[in-house]
Amino acid sequence: MRLVARARPPSSRLSGLSSRPGRPVPVAAKKLMKGTAARMGVMKRVSLVFKAKANKALDKMEDPRETLDYSYQRQLELLTKVRRGVADVATSRKRVELQMNQLQQSSTKLDDQARKALGMGREDLARAALERKASAQGQLNDLQAQYAQLQGEEEKLTVASQRLQSKVDAFRTRKETIKATYTAAEAQTRINEAFSGISEEMGDVGMAIQRAEDKTAQMQARAGAIDELMASGALDDAIGGRRDDIQSELDMMAASSDVERELSRLKGEITAGAPKQLEGGANGNSQASQATQAQGQAQAQGQAQAQAQPRSEGAPYAPPAPQQARPAAIPVSDLPEPQDGEGS
Amino acid sequence: MIVRILGEGQFSVDEAATAGLNKLDTVLETAVEHNDETAFSTALHGLLAEVRALGSPLPADTLEPSDLILPHQDSSMDEVRKLLTDDGLIPG
Repeated sequence: MRLVARARPPSSRLSGLSSRPGRPVPVAAKKLMKGTAARMGVMKRVSLVFKAKANKALDKMEDPRETLDYSYQRQLELLTKVRRGVADVATSRKRVELQMNQLQQSSTKLDDQARKALGMGREDLARAALERKASAQGQLNDLQAQYAQLQGEEEKLTVASQRLQSKVDAFRTRKETIKATYTAAEAQTRINEAFSGISEEMGDVGMAIQRAEDKTAQMQARAGAIDELMASGALDDAIGGRRDDIQSELDMMAASSDVERELSRLKGEITAGAPKQLEGGANGNSQASQATQAQGQAQAQGQAQAQAQPRSEGAPYAPPAPQQARPAAIPVSDLPEPQDGEGS
Repeated sequence: MIVRILGEGQFSVDEAATAGLNKLDTVLETAVEHNDETAFSTALHGLLAEVRALGSPLPADTLEPSDLILPHQDSSMDEVRKLLTDDGLIPG
């Protein structure tokens, strides 16, 4: 939706171009407007287009003083629009900010999943997670670029709104002066000048609002698309707390490896017989925490426990516990559960 | 001489700079005529840089119309073409 409506006066006469007393406009300008002009330079042509707009509006007014009031009214409207424009861009920017955070979280989570999957020897899962991470990262990079653009638009509009405010204030002062000292002949020139100046500014600000609006609309469309993508699970919405398929497979694997460990612990207990029950209990504790850890850590823990046991048990009775003789001798090539090896 | 860069505001530029600006402007216009986006972008940025360097910004409460108006920095060639037509980009 356009914020700034184009007021097209019913009459397309360009008489204003030559009737303006302030700065005479060359007759060639008329041809220019129809695109048939000789070389004149972009700068001049653009300024003539702006002047023609202002003159058309001026020509519509019977009494020049009406022009002042009418224009002032439109200036106030435009001020409201430009401020609303700034607020709209800010809202859009915040939404993008939120999405960027979500994507960042999603990306971190997927990275973590890939690490875990690889730790469990599931390269396929790790690959799937990394592919999703790449997609999330791609979206994030795009958003970052657009975010910077939106920030730029917001700044530009803010400056434009401040400049327009200054000009509107200046216009109001001049308007009152002209009205107070109105004599038809001199007022016309002064009104035209003030009007042309402000109308040029209004055209400029109006275009800036439209540009910001276009960028915001593009951004909104994109944000909507990313929201949909996240809802579909393709990017794994880390915020929603929904369990994605990679996570559930990882959890399933962790659970089944818990079962395996439990099984081998039980097997160990049975083969070792009754005297090993105490040790079996200690193993059970360490297994729970080992479930998701890598082999190296499991070994280190096993060693630490083997070393800790003699101190706590040995003091009062000092029975020759079988483990005491071996702590330093645990072979490096021991399996993830070194105590199982000891038990059997 | 007052020059406006759309989206940036007005600058007061010495008349002596006109020749240099016109030269750049001709390059810009030629680029638009030949539909040469690269040349257009280079010329536009050169022109804007020249105005910023040579001109001094007018106070915000000035109500003077500009003698020359330049497209904003990120304008595409298409936008400039529309700008050059009577019922183009400029809102009523």
